[in-house]
Amino acid sequence: MAPIAQDQIERQPSRIDRILASVPPAFWTLAVLLFLWEFSVHAAEVPAFILPAPSAIIEEIINYGHRLLPNALVTLGEVLFGFLCAVAVGVPLAVMIVYSRFMEKAVYPLIVASQTIPKVAIAPLMLTWFGYGIAPKIVIVVLLSFFPIVINSVMGLKSTTREMIYLSRSMGASGWQTFWKFRLPQALPSIFAGLKLATALSVIGAIVAEFIGADKGLGYLILIAGANFNIARQFASVVLISLIGVLFFVALEQIERVAVPWRARSTTNGED
Amino acid sequence: MNAIPASHSIQNAATKHIAISAVSKTFQTRTGTVHALQDINLNIRKGEFVSVLGPSGCGKSTLMMLLAGLTPVSLGRIMIGEKHIDGPNAEAGVVFQQDVLLEWRTTLENILLQAEIRKADMKEASERARQLLKMVSLQDFEGAYPKELSGGMRQRVSICRALLHRPPLLLMDEPFGALDAMTRDQLQIDLLRLCADNDMTVFFITHSIPEAIFLSDRVVVMSPRPGRIERIIEIDLPRPRRLAMREDPKFTAYTRELTAIFKSLGVFREEY
Repeated sequence: MAPIAQDQIERQPSRIDRILASVPPAFWTLAVLLFLWEFSVHAAEVPAFILPAPSAIIEEIINYGHRLLPNALVTLGEVLFGFLCAVAVGVPLAVMIVYSRFMEKAVYPLIVASQTIPKVAIAPLMLTWFGYGIAPKIVIVVLLSFFPIVINSVMGLKSTTREMIYLSRSMGASGWQTFWKFRLPQALPSIFAGLKLATALSVIGAIVAEFIGADKGLGYLILIAGANFNIARQFASVVLISLIGVLFFVALEQIERVAVPWRARSTTNGED
Repeated sequence: MNAIPASHSIQNAATKHIAISAVSKTFQTRTGTVHALQDINLNIRKGEFVSVLGPSGCGKSTLMMLLAGLTPVSLGRIMIGEKHIDGPNAEAGVVFQQDVLLEWRTTLENILLQAEIRKADMKEASERARQLLKMVSLQDFEGAYPKELSGGMRQRVSICRALLHRPPLLLMDEPFGALDAMTRDQLQIDLLRLCADNDMTVFFITHSIPEAIFLSDRVVVMSPRPGRIERIIEIDLPRPRRLAMREDPKFTAYTRELTAIFKSLGVFREEY
């Protein structure tokens, strides 16, 4: 009756296999692409103000690090704070939509419909309304990232089965207990899926906001570098932006591992 | 054989623990009114094991839902002891066809959910939970997540959960319907062992003739559309029940009798 152990009949891996397996395959793809890039830039003698080689970009990151880093921290701050605001608005809103018929019928459709508005197009308006400081950046990040949080949280909170509700009622659970012990944990995997989608959108939001009006941040650096035809610096900023996005995503996955341990465990088991 | 017509099954008040009197249940659907149950009269003694046997759509699950207080009766009344059932009957233990284990909780935590919701003493509850797990041979799986358990193990956990608070009444809705035949045999034995150890009344829904005979003191035969009690049959077999009894001539006589009833109801049609 023990759970079936998997991979029992797999062949014994050789040493090289193990070394290769310890590196994610995507890493090799990236290495090959970077090599091709480096090689073709040199071979075709592409001027650096059109396309710098990866090595030149790395050099720029190192040499210009004293300016890149503080600006990256500014952008990171906008991304994180905006994201947290989006969570603080999105999740409770989802709870209200699931629990209130009025919210579901009268408000939820409007939220969905509002997503046809290209948020980037109304970003300049935020500048007009909220000024030049951090406020418009946060608002734009929230506007971009809160939607997937709401949608996925609503989906998750609605995924409670009828049997689960019957069970909770047969135990005499209060509405409060049903929410904390049944609905919310059941919704967590879905909520995290929404949060992960929102990470990428919050980074986009922060950069767009900085493009429109800022005197610091990586988006601002990109604009200035572009005006000066410093393409290597533009790329260097882009690398840092991507790094922020990746680190943010990875951090969230780690939090998910702690918050939703049953999912993590079941995937490592490879069952189901 | 003691085949008593439903309308004559009136017992004296002292032995009548559960009294279902003139109960009807109708549902409104898009296509009109569905009479799920019509004029159900049934008394159940304390400590009795009663199975309700019938084809799909005869309203037997609805009858259990009414006893659990999870759906209201349309007509008539249900009394359990001195209590009129008009809301969730939190004193009962309920086992559904699906195990309804919460995937974020381990085996032990799933069982203890019952105690958490009821705000019971957790130390005592843990002891009782472990004792129940031992009775169904799952003592080594208390830390396993539902995904790591087989279907039979999961249903055993859900039975333990239903018994944690020592309910005087256990309601089971085709609990073994989704299990393979061998697991089913074992779980029937496990259930009888648990019943012998916990003084309680059991109301068991099934569509398996041998299962109903094997487990019960009385089998209530229901006919479909509208759901009505067709016949009540006393099962006069000694306890403890053993699997070998299924070959007993008395057992096969009950099987034959019940099969004949369903044939006369048109549930079984043999000509082809």
